[in-house]
Amino acid sequence: MTDARALAAAVRAGERTAREVTEEALDAIAAGDGALHAFLLVTPDDARAQADLVDAAVTQGRDPGPLAGVPIALKDNLCTRGIPTTCGSKILEGWRPPYDATVVGLLRDAGAITVGKTNMDEFAMGSSTENSAYGPTLNPHDTGKVPGGSSGGSAASVAAGFTPLGLGSDTGGSIRQPAALCGVVGMKPTYGRVSRYGLVAFASSLDQIGPFATNVADAALLFDVLAGHDGRDSTSLSSKPELTVPGLEDGIDGIRVGVCRNLIDGCAPDVVARVQEAAETLAAAGATVEEIRVPEFAYGLSAYYLIAPAEASSNLARYDGVRYGLRVDGDDAAAMNTATRTAGFGAEVKRRIMLGTYALSAGYYDAYYVQAQRVRTLVMQAFDRAYGSIDVLLGATAPTTAFDLGAKVDDPMAMYMNDICTIPSNLAGHPALSIPFGTGVDGLPVGVQLLAPALEEALLFRVARVLEAAAPEGVRSP
Amino acid sequence: MSGEAAWEMVIGLEVHCELATATKLFCGCRNAFGDEPNVNVCPVCLGLPGSLPVLNAFAVELAMRIGTALHCEIRPSTFARKNYFYPDQAKDYQISQYDQPINTGGWLELPDGSRVGVTRAHMEEDTGKLTHVGAGGRINSAHHALVDYNRSGVPLVEIVSEPDIRSAGQAKAYAAELRGILVATGASDGRMEEGSMRVDANVSVRSFGTDSFGTRCEIKNLNSLRSLGRGIDYEAARQIALIESGERVVLETRHWDESAGRTESMRSKEEANDYRYFPEPDLVPLVPDAAWRERVRAGLGPMPADRRSALVAALGGSASEAEADQIRAVVDLGLDELVRAAVDGGAPAPLALARAANEVAAQSDAGLVLTPESFAALLALESGGQLSATQSKAVLGLLLERGGGDPSAVAEELGYEALGADFLAGVVAEVIAANPDEWARYVAGDDKLTGLFTKEVMQATAGKANGKEVAAELRRLRG
Ligand SMILES: [Zn+2]
Repeated sequence: MTDARALAAAVRAGERTAREVTEEALDAIAAGDGALHAFLLVTPDDARAQADLVDAAVTQGRDPGPLAGVPIALKDNLCTRGIPTTCGSKILEGWRPPYDATVVGLLRDAGAITVGKTNMDEFAMGSSTENSAYGPTLNPHDTGKVPGGSSGGSAASVAAGFTPLGLGSDTGGSIRQPAALCGVVGMKPTYGRVSRYGLVAFASSLDQIGPFATNVADAALLFDVLAGHDGRDSTSLSSKPELTVPGLEDGIDGIRVGVCRNLIDGCAPDVVARVQEAAETLAAAGATVEEIRVPEFAYGLSAYYLIAPAEASSNLARYDGVRYGLRVDGDDAAAMNTATRTAGFGAEVKRRIMLGTYALSAGYYDAYYVQAQRVRTLVMQAFDRAYGSIDVLLGATAPTTAFDLGAKVDDPMAMYMNDICTIPSNLAGHPALSIPFGTGVDGLPVGVQLLAPALEEALLFRVARVLEAAAPEGVRSP
Repeated sequence: MSGEAAWEMVIGLEVHCELATATKLFCGCRNAFGDEPNVNVCPVCLGLPGSLPVLNAFAVELAMRIGTALHCEIRPSTFARKNYFYPDQAKDYQISQYDQPINTGGWLELPDGSRVGVTRAHMEEDTGKLTHVGAGGRINSAHHALVDYNRSGVPLVEIVSEPDIRSAGQAKAYAAELRGILVATGASDGRMEEGSMRVDANVSVRSFGTDSFGTRCEIKNLNSLRSLGRGIDYEAARQIALIESGERVVLETRHWDESAGRTESMRSKEEANDYRYFPEPDLVPLVPDAAWRERVRAGLGPMPADRRSALVAALGGSASEAEADQIRAVVDLGLDELVRAAVDGGAPAPLALARAANEVAAQSDAGLVLTPESFAALLALESGGQLSATQSKAVLGLLLERGGGDPSAVAEELGYEALGADFLAGVVAEVIAANPDEWARYVAGDDKLTGLFTKEVMQATAGKANGKEVAAELRRLRG
């Protein structure tokens, strides 16, 4: 499939209709998704109706928006008015939100065509999309492998060429890690840069919506559409976002890159080799490259696995069978709550609710929740120190290429280790991006990660653009 | 030693006040009492997945007014989540201020001069409302329950007192004074019967002279000042009886049953929820700047205590016990401006106060008021003798119905126009002529007969005569 910018340009110029482009995407999904299960729900009628609106705008000479006619896949934790939104959970089966997430409205305004809702680990808890209550998504590059997670469905949709764009959410790496494993570009913006209104919460202080695309420029364009203040999200940043597209080709002369040992050590040798090559590429393009250590990152994982479950235990309390979603009856309200939650939540969600409840309990709160927040502060301070002498950090996105389906489902700790390189940015609220950079010994995509201080998305895209232009071999099309 | 005289009550009150905002605390839904169930709801106050709270700035303003009026320090504050499962709780957590409340460390002075410390006055959201259906509507036997989320997310301020209160009477005085302040600040309508002001009482007893506290019980469902007083007295007596019979008071929450006149155990605090408070990640810290705090301070009108003092001053600096009661009533109903305007317009203060505390107050529940000009003009007619007290009250009734008007015109409409002196003298002469024996006794000094002659004159004039003028004419004729 052509890239998003080319499609939008063709639609805007009247060379192609949005309807045509949409039908192509729907056909591709119909033909290919049986083998991948990237989508939980495809919405052809809704997509066609959107496409017709875009075409009408073009015909009438109105601006159809920068993403005119571009199909996009939505992670199923983004609320869509009247369209089922499950979060990959049985507990929300059949629930139709009465409202659109802010980002969904922005996409429509930009002329994008939402074609369906993509698979995910239940409530975004997982790194392989195997925790979906509706079955796993398979990696388009090798259907014996996981696509990563939790936004595995959106990553797979883009990697498989179903849609040029996808939206995911990233709480501990849930955009970047599947982007790496599926060989696409994925970016987690600065916390507060993109409105969370209508994103079903996993861990409110960490969640952030971000783009998937096949290339850097498309990801930047989508980010520019999404970024901005939203009065419905109190944590939304009020400052006006800088557009990232205009400076994409400005190069990186003089940019100081820190190759972060703590985001490399412990990764598979083929992944480490790709990161080293990426560093050399950046140096060759005019950046100054140095090695840097941020030992505090090592504590990020444990802090994350207290803070995120603590917030989740509270965020997921509302699924009690009273107002919407699944209800399993009981003798009284409490019994009904218990029966509903027992039947409606999967094992990983229950594990994290218990973890989080424990971490917040009287007598444990200081030792766990408060201590984890202290560690979070330490990680933030460590970032600040690092950014005193460098502009961007470079490391791996995930420790390995895509792993076998089922390989880690019975070993939560092994699964959690997948997030070790991505979590620090969530704890600090900083932007970070994964870009495909060659392949591993198994021929599967490797993603390298770029990290930058808050609000430096434009810098991230600019550096990523250099890596993209020099990638050792174009990511093999699945 | 035995009996209640040996025991001292220790009482602290927690008052929940619904703020009189147009919209809810975290969404734009209407904040209204008595609407059809579940009409004032949206994704936010229903706690739908993906929804997020946005703090209502006017609710913050009202909370700051309350804090300022209670002499609290207004501080940077945060919100927390109080986690517990209950069907009336849309998110199964309540957003409330916990360890960093907006108002801390104030006090409230009662009319008797005593001061009750205010620990804190913090903001939180209200829950929905459950109605149990079937089997008599009792929570334990109901077949099912209906939930109305209109109240979900309505802004509340919880005002927590220090355990400084020592009697049921003082507790009632505190609640009444606080209600006056809530109304005066515009923060609330203070209606206990509609639940816009809800009072819970923490009650314990101890031997006089001890410093330590006894085990307390929290009493809920105190829906009126009368319930508050009765509930506290009952609970203190219950605790004293327990202790005197060698038993122990158990730390628990108790429900006041107004019809049975007793408190009943609801749940033991030991087995109460662990609320797992933690900072609300969907909201940012609330830091009212100095300019905002100063605007709130400058914008506050006089509080009830100041307004009572102003009326005492209008009475000449002192008030009888009856007048003090009238002053409290007038201030509680917000009629003091009317009284002061009438006094400024030349009306005698005691008369203005009495008419306001009685006749005007009786109609104020129905929302009936009149203009200060109209009130002052009426009082001038009454004190000038042109209208009798009975006539004045009748005119006042019509003025209230009409929201004001010219009292002279109303008096004329009622046929109360002042009678000419000659006409009155003629009627008095006729009455004397018709009652020669009584007249002789009156002339001989039997003043009680003034009443008889006045009554006869009134009958002859269809009540239009002024009693004082009749008496004066009788005295003149007696010589
Ligand atoms: Zn609402």
